[in-house]
Amino acid sequence: MNRRSGTGYTGIPAWIYAIAAAGALFVLLPLVAMVAKVNWPEFIPLITSDPSLTALGLSLRTSAASTALCILLGVPLALVLARSPFPGQRLLRAFVLLPLVLPPVVGGIALLYTFGRQGLLGRSLELAGIQIAFSTAAVVLAQTFVALPFLVVSLEGALRTAGNKYEAVAATLGARPGTVLRRVTIPLVLPGLASGAVLSFARSLGEFGATLTFAGSLQGVTRTLPLEIYLQRETDADAAVALSLLLVAVAVAVVGLSYRRPGSAAPERAAQ
Amino acid sequence: MTVGRRHVAALLAAGALIVGVAACAAGSSGASASSTAESSAAGADGTAKPTGNITVFAAASLKATFTELAGDFEANNPGTKITLNFAGSSDLVTQITQGAPADVFASADTKNMAKLADAKLVDGTPRNFATNVLEIAVLPTNPASIHSFADLAKPGVKVVVCAPQVPCGAATDTVEKATGTTLAPVSEESSVTDVLGKVTSGEADAGLVYVTDVKTAGDRVKGIPFAESDKAVNTYPIATVGTSKNKDLAQAFIAAVTDSEGKKVLNDAGFGTP
Amino acid sequence: MTFHLDATLAARGFDVSLSLGPVETVAILGPNGAGKSTLFAIIAGLLRPDTGTAQLGDKVLFDLAADKSLWSAPHTRGTALLAQEALLFPHLSAVDNVAFGPRSAGASSTAARETAMHWLTEVDAGDLASRRPGQLSGGQAQRVAVARALAADPDLLLLDEPMAALDIHAAPLLRRLLKRVLAGRRAIIITHDILDALMLADRVIVLEDGRISEAGPTRDVLERPRSRFAAGLAGLNLVAGTVADAGITTADGMVVAGHHEDTLGPGQDGVAVFPPSAVSVFLTEEHGSPRNSFQVTITDLEPHGDQIRVHAGGLSADITPAASADLGLAPGMTVYFVIKATAINIYPA
Repeated sequence: MNRRSGTGYTGIPAWIYAIAAAGALFVLLPLVAMVAKVNWPEFIPLITSDPSLTALGLSLRTSAASTALCILLGVPLALVLARSPFPGQRLLRAFVLLPLVLPPVVGGIALLYTFGRQGLLGRSLELAGIQIAFSTAAVVLAQTFVALPFLVVSLEGALRTAGNKYEAVAATLGARPGTVLRRVTIPLVLPGLASGAVLSFARSLGEFGATLTFAGSLQGVTRTLPLEIYLQRETDADAAVALSLLLVAVAVAVVGLSYRRPGSAAPERAAQ
Repeated sequence: MTVGRRHVAALLAAGALIVGVAACAAGSSGASASSTAESSAAGADGTAKPTGNITVFAAASLKATFTELAGDFEANNPGTKITLNFAGSSDLVTQITQGAPADVFASADTKNMAKLADAKLVDGTPRNFATNVLEIAVLPTNPASIHSFADLAKPGVKVVVCAPQVPCGAATDTVEKATGTTLAPVSEESSVTDVLGKVTSGEADAGLVYVTDVKTAGDRVKGIPFAESDKAVNTYPIATVGTSKNKDLAQAFIAAVTDSEGKKVLNDAGFGTP
Repeated sequence: MTFHLDATLAARGFDVSLSLGPVETVAILGPNGAGKSTLFAIIAGLLRPDTGTAQLGDKVLFDLAADKSLWSAPHTRGTALLAQEALLFPHLSAVDNVAFGPRSAGASSTAARETAMHWLTEVDAGDLASRRPGQLSGGQAQRVAVARALAADPDLLLLDEPMAALDIHAAPLLRRLLKRVLAGRRAIIITHDILDALMLADRVIVLEDGRISEAGPTRDVLERPRSRFAAGLAGLNLVAGTVADAGITTADGMVVAGHHEDTLGPGQDGVAVFPPSAVSVFLTEEHGSPRNSFQVTITDLEPHGDQIRVHAGGLSADITPAASADLGLAPGMTVYFVIKATAINIYPA
């Protein structure tokens, strides 16, 4: 079995490879089928059409913005969840992770009743002259809502793996909490933070349901790539397939280039 | 997304096929609920009354009316069973061309029926059985005081319409061109449901949807008819699918939809007569 | 400029009071779970005791009572901690690790680097300055960690078993280094190794079950241990009891005859201490001029130098391998430990 060669004994029974291959095929085959459906002569014109490029640009911009927002909100959340035990912590974690299992449409409805014109905060925002509905900000909010748990989960895991021994040492060396966070904690969990950010970006890029429900769909303002695909599918299957492939390519590029193996999130240890 | 759905449809079709084949192989007699392949046009009693099962693929906007019509049909024709499948017309065309077992196709526009005909999957000539026109949907309180199509173009009014790629959006485009009024919608949704959702939640001041959609929404919205809507009359065609195994029953159902009883049910729901 | 601590923590059964002079190194000895790490965590500000006070020079570390709650954050205390693991920040080079303390205190990056290089040179690690922690051996990393702790210019250095994770070649080197750098400083060192106490500490404190069971100059404690733990470290047998006419009586009624000190009076708490080499092993009970004979069951046999150490009934005896073979000793056997009364020292507990 040359599959087992390499660095050494893996301890994996042979039949596992067969099922793993089936699992890989299950994911890969639909992608292959999609690639096979692409109208190649028309591919470049299809993906470089004005609506397509506008949607791609909007998707990249909003995903970048929501990733930034995820980091801004998610880092403190992960720190609080990983470091300081307090009553209701489990409950808070459960609620923060809720968007992971919630159908995105439900997220969209919830956001609507929060930031919408008639919503909980929306009414006050409207009075303050801020209108969220049908704006690009609404897209960013919807994406952040669904992507935030990915960042929190990754980062909390990295924080727990790293432990707080280094922070304790840093404090006894005279570093204030802010300095410890900036110079020790964050650098230690940087791989975890990076993979969390990448996952958040990828999730934002693919966001559809919450955006459709909450933000609407207008070219250049709220119609991101997934919404454009959904719409193109109505009339032009070739365009939908071409754009789907474009979205897959962007996602693969982002995830493949920057997502590290989970193990690499642990800090390297001094050789003993 | 298209491809994903196609695959699901193909899988479902494959599954149905396997079940069907198994039922045939077992030599089952009588009305097997799992098989759409049974034809009993030449019934033992000698009458031409069709029996058996058919599957009707109908546009989502026909959900209420076709559910009622199918129930009536089954009651009037014992021994028949109508299975209904509702979705967007273009989705349905995709499903049928991918091999989904449909006997009747009722489209929300002639364009999608033409697509099916191009695929050589229409038996005979499609019959137009209903029309639908646009109406302005507002909250019952009508907060932005919309009374005409021209009001929609007033500055500050938040209008949500269907995207031009979907039938109601194409109709909106036609009305805009015919009247010379250009709308600046805050959103172009890909379905009527999404347009109505934005209106009922109060996000938008007004939405442009079909008369029948306003009726279906009930008390949640108020419909404001406008004269210019006759510039874009949407026609609903219905036809037997070429691959149907029970074309007699399919024809009988189409006849029931287009007769006076059928017209009444459709008119009650807001549809017009072509 | 003294350090004083007085703290209780009920959840861990911890109740300790201790003081240190300005230039004094104290070794904390004690079995696992005795509360040694708790003591450090409380001093460093990583763990909050229920009640107590602590003062380092004119700085109040904490003052906790029912009616007051004064608590200084760890970074304000000036109590640098050096643990068993070096815990060098893995993302910083050796010199940046050492510069961390000065930087945190507000030094410019150039000044902090200069200080760091000074301390790296001081611990013979100047050539390691640009290395990452992952490229250092255990001993090198621990030396850099010492430099990092010293560069923070602590008022009190806390060393938590700094040699424990090092191999037998690296440990003596670090011990010599610590002896050099601890001179003229105030430090507390937790250790399991009596050698650390002898070489590095002026005083030892024995901590058992969250309380100080014995304290004093290192030599005195090793020569005249009063706790079973200290006796074990010094390689001596210790039996505690009440002073009687000819010796002491233990709680379960055993009488140990031995050599009294004149100052001892009957009824006083006392300990009987004797080396394992003074114990003879017999298969039958022997009676003779003033001797102690105890019936014991062997729990373990182990080589000890060129002798065999026999563990039985909480006592140890050293006999020759030949004698062990003649007697056919094995765990579980019942034998008699016999000690001449003149070999047993009895003094106050």
